[in-house]
Amino acid sequence: MTSRKTVIVLGGSSDIGRAAARAFAKAGYDVALAGRDVAALEPDAADLRARYDVVVGLYKFDVLDTASFEGFVNGLPALPDVVISIVGLLGVQENAESDLAHATTIMRSNYEGPSLILGLFAEKLLARGTGTIVGVSSVAGDRGRASNYVYGSAKAGFSAFLSGLRARASRGGVHVVTVKPGFVRTRMTEGMKLIGPLTVDAPVVGGAILSAVENKSDVVYVSGKWRLVMLIIKTLPEAVFKKLKF
Amino acid sequence: MTLVSGWGRFPVVDSELLRPRSFEAVGEAVVTGSVARGNGRAYGDAAIGAVRTVAMTGFDRVRSFDPVTGRIRLEAGVLLSDLIDTFGPRGFLPFVVPGTRFVSVGGAIAADVHGKNHHCEGGFGRYVDSILLRTGQGETIEASREENSDAFFATIGGMGLTGIILEATMRLRTVETGWIRERVISASDLDAAMGALDAGDSSTYSVAWIDCAARGRDLGRSLIYLGEHAGRGELAEGIDVFPSGKNPGLAVPFDLPAMTLNRTSVRAFNELYYRMGARRAGGSHVVSLYPYFFPLDAIADWNRIYGRRGFLQHQCVIPQAGARAVLGEILGRVAARGDASFLAVLKKLGQGDGILSFPLPGYTLALDFPVKGDIMNFLDEIDHLVVAAGGRLYLAKDARQSRATFEAGYPALQRFNAIRRSLDPAGNIRSKLSQRLFDEV
Ligand SMILES: Cc1cc2nc3c(=O)[nH]c(=O)nc-3n(C[C@H](O)[C@H](O)[C@H](O)COP(=O)(O)OP(=O)(O)OC[C@H]3O[C@@H](n4cnc5c(N)ncnc54)[C@H](O)[C@@H]3O)c2cc1C
Repeated sequence: MTSRKTVIVLGGSSDIGRAAARAFAKAGYDVALAGRDVAALEPDAADLRARYDVVVGLYKFDVLDTASFEGFVNGLPALPDVVISIVGLLGVQENAESDLAHATTIMRSNYEGPSLILGLFAEKLLARGTGTIVGVSSVAGDRGRASNYVYGSAKAGFSAFLSGLRARASRGGVHVVTVKPGFVRTRMTEGMKLIGPLTVDAPVVGGAILSAVENKSDVVYVSGKWRLVMLIIKTLPEAVFKKLKF
Repeated sequence: MTLVSGWGRFPVVDSELLRPRSFEAVGEAVVTGSVARGNGRAYGDAAIGAVRTVAMTGFDRVRSFDPVTGRIRLEAGVLLSDLIDTFGPRGFLPFVVPGTRFVSVGGAIAADVHGKNHHCEGGFGRYVDSILLRTGQGETIEASREENSDAFFATIGGMGLTGIILEATMRLRTVETGWIRERVISASDLDAAMGALDAGDSSTYSVAWIDCAARGRDLGRSLIYLGEHAGRGELAEGIDVFPSGKNPGLAVPFDLPAMTLNRTSVRAFNELYYRMGARRAGGSHVVSLYPYFFPLDAIADWNRIYGRRGFLQHQCVIPQAGARAVLGEILGRVAARGDASFLAVLKKLGQGDGILSFPLPGYTLALDFPVKGDIMNFLDEIDHLVVAAGGRLYLAKDARQSRATFEAGYPALQRFNAIRRSLDPAGNIRSKLSQRLFDEV
């Protein structure tokens, strides 16, 4: 028997994290869920075991605690085949405009932490010569918008980090996927006005991450419509863009 | 406040919609006038809180599963579609499924839903062993046939009025495949249709689709679909043992003008449907469980076909004795109106399990009507026929029956109300439906 493949989901308790874990478990992966509150992950672990009869491990991981990253990675029983970072924090743009601490948390949660941890995993995977890294970024990183540029800029940094890492890692047998989900109905977007046809449910994102890994895609927009929307938004001249209420 | 409606999109009313993330938050969400909502597939006002509606679909975790016994413990927001997709390939399916798979376990318990097998296997509640219930009084209790049995039997079919179901333990059936061996019988009139259903009593699944535009001698002409779970040996070489259930591809993008549904279009559709089905009649063949159980799920948002004002479903059950005459009278009036349902569904039911469960031994007829014109009066007249025959209407489909119709149809109501009062003396749990039909005024 060949041993089963393994996936680690960083940010395992988010709606997208749960959905991704389910998609991979369904495809036969054993799963490691990592999050700030391990006890809160227990029911999700039980869910995966009951549904798919897979092995599930739980690990404590805090994306803001960068000092713990090396110990965290070295403490895992085995290096996973697939590493997915779904960690992120939308925050409140209005508050971030004047509250430096809040702005810092948004920036660190979406750029610094995810980039550092995936970078660290990448070194290990490159040393082994196989593996896949998945970073869940955002269409918000494609162009800064008046309504959420603190978050968007951090996601932009993360997207750039991933594309650079991809270029380098591909020469070493390691594949890097950037996922841009667009609007997703989750806890994070609850109460927000989302545009129906551009909005997907978390399981759709979970499925998209799995197929991106299996198909070795580079950058995936979960809903194809977003690729077009962002292409238009990215190419609008700044003079026009700044006048748009967006 | 948010505008909320059921699947029929009538009525549309204000109710605060809350999406708690933990069981503690569910408890805190309950204020006077709250009711749970599953996936909103009840047609009328059952899943709309008088003041606040507590959405439960976020609770979608399976707690445990025993692959030897098929026993499963899960949160009430798990959808049957999810259960089928997850456990079907492992050889397990729910014992009972309604005509859409997009219902939650909580909603299926609260309505004690019936499937095409009610006549021989009973309703959804029969396969539920216990529930974790958050009562209106603020207690969280485990209820089963042995423990808190009053609460248990009042919750099955109790339309959410005993409290909020948080978790349930139920049994799944083992199947060899995800395929159904189907036999189609064409019946030229109502007598033949009822006869074919009676003859199909020993089939696990049976249902009739009636052409309700047919009149006179053709009144009640229909196609009867009988079904059994197919074994591996019945599948052609190379076929997937468990077919995949694609998510709805086609969607109805906007409300069709009510004009689209008129005498001519309905008649033409029914004629075509009947002829195509009749051609398949006779032999038996193997079909995927998805089109067999959930024919309408292939088209997302099909409720928009009926236009912006929404539509009503009228589903009654008539006790066996005397059913022929009443069903004939109802179908005759519907056919004479001409603008009725696309298709009517006729099937046999057995005894219900919950105190307020809809099923009773007899025939159930389900009809759809767009909300327009004198439809309310027309349906009131139909209700008189139903009540006179000792029948009742299904609360999960209702948006308009009168208190008198309801009270006449559900003689166990007193007992239900007494249990409800003991679980919720202050009357915190109230839906638009309960305000319309149950609560003291
Ligand atoms: C196309 C279609 C076909 C259908 N076919 C059938 C059929 O063949 N047989 C049949 O029996 N029904 C049928 N139905 C009706 C449907 O099965 C029921 O209305 C079912 O209750 C819907 O489940 P839901 O999760 O959407 O619940 P909702 O519609 O959201 O709620 C229905 C009721 O359940 C209560 N409820 C929901 N969740 C909870 C909870 N967690 N705790 C306590 N109460 C709760 C609500 O308060 C409400 O009273 C059909 C509906 C459609 C749209």
